[in-house]
Amino acid sequence: MDQALISELKRQGVITIGLETLYNWGRSNSIWPLGFGLACCAIEMIAASMARFDLARFGAEVFRPSPRQADLMIVAGTVTKKMAPQVVRLYNQMPEPKYVIAMGACAISGGPFKQGYNVLKGVDRFLPVDVHIPGCPPRPEALIHALMTLQRIISGQKLTGPDRPRHLRTDAPAEYPVPTHGAHDLEPARNSSLWRPLKITREA
Amino acid sequence: METLPQLKTRLAAAFPKARLEIVPNGSPGNPDSLWVDAASGLKVAGFLKNDAALQLDFLSNVTGLDWLDKTVTEKVRVKREFKGQEIEVDEILEKIVPGYLEVVYHFYSTPLRHGPLVLRMRTENRTDRTHLPSLVPLYRSAEFQEREIYDLYGVIFDGHPDLRRLLMWEGFADHPMRKDYCEPDDYEYEPTPHGALLEKARRHYPREAAHG
Repeated sequence: MDQALISELKRQGVITIGLETLYNWGRSNSIWPLGFGLACCAIEMIAASMARFDLARFGAEVFRPSPRQADLMIVAGTVTKKMAPQVVRLYNQMPEPKYVIAMGACAISGGPFKQGYNVLKGVDRFLPVDVHIPGCPPRPEALIHALMTLQRIISGQKLTGPDRPRHLRTDAPAEYPVPTHGAHDLEPARNSSLWRPLKITREA
Repeated sequence: METLPQLKTRLAAAFPKARLEIVPNGSPGNPDSLWVDAASGLKVAGFLKNDAALQLDFLSNVTGLDWLDKTVTEKVRVKREFKGQEIEVDEILEKIVPGYLEVVYHFYSTPLRHGPLVLRMRTENRTDRTHLPSLVPLYRSAEFQEREIYDLYGVIFDGHPDLRRLLMWEGFADHPMRKDYCEPDDYEYEPTPHGALLEKARRHYPREAAHG
């Protein structure tokens, strides 16, 4: 559309935007998070949703108790290997479009419990994480920043073309395999299509 | 509260079959403990709870220990033939002391305000004879703690009403707090590893480590 025509219409009180912008604007401003916490990060998540930090300003205050009604999973806290299959199953039960924020050191890498035998070393081994927040625990401002980052990601998505988001593609998976509890570890220990070990080059 | 040797004498009189031993604790301020054999453990604990002078009604803590098999060297003087003469020489003998799992109970008395009394029980070995009597019939507070010890050390408590794993999942084969437990090799930790972690990093990144 002609830029001069848009500004002319705007002078007359008519706002003209594309469907894509409208669609993304609507989606990014009513993100309903899934209300579940795994450890102390959940306290910061709760604080972010309450009066002082007020997540409602960004349209994300409706914490849902059911994954069927949620479209954002905030993995707030340590994911133990015992809990990991349930976290993946909850993600699978969420309808598209859905997003994941890994909140805190534990959720992104295992954090201070990284050497533990029972802790998953980062939820991105099983789930496609959109935004990682470092911190132990991150302050509510950090969670708000992550939410704004996610809103920016959503606002930039194309509705058509090869780089359209996952929920508009038929070849992309909506569900991810749920690991099972094996005799010594989770089986499989990671989703190889999502996560590979870092390539590290070391000094001798 | 009476001293541990006094208590041991009383217990020995009450339970002639029980095998009792005082395990000294070298550090100051920490109480010595009483080791009782598994067969009479429950009876001895019942005595501690119901005896009028003790009234140890509060089981504050139950914990587990893992003692690996250890090799003990012993110097023995033996007679040997040497150039037609019989002489005495010192010989070093190596002996393997079998390992065991140990469970430690800390008792307090709420009416008499004394404690702790530290009671120990040991299993016969670390592999197949790991049974100990459960104290849950006497102390409900032992229930979850004994489940945790079963989970993490593999001690089987006979008489426990609900002996399931507490922290790890059902079907998990290992006991993570045992000293010979090998954790899954699933992470990279230090940016500049050394010691055992360096060996691990070399296994993960053999090419980089070889070429520096």
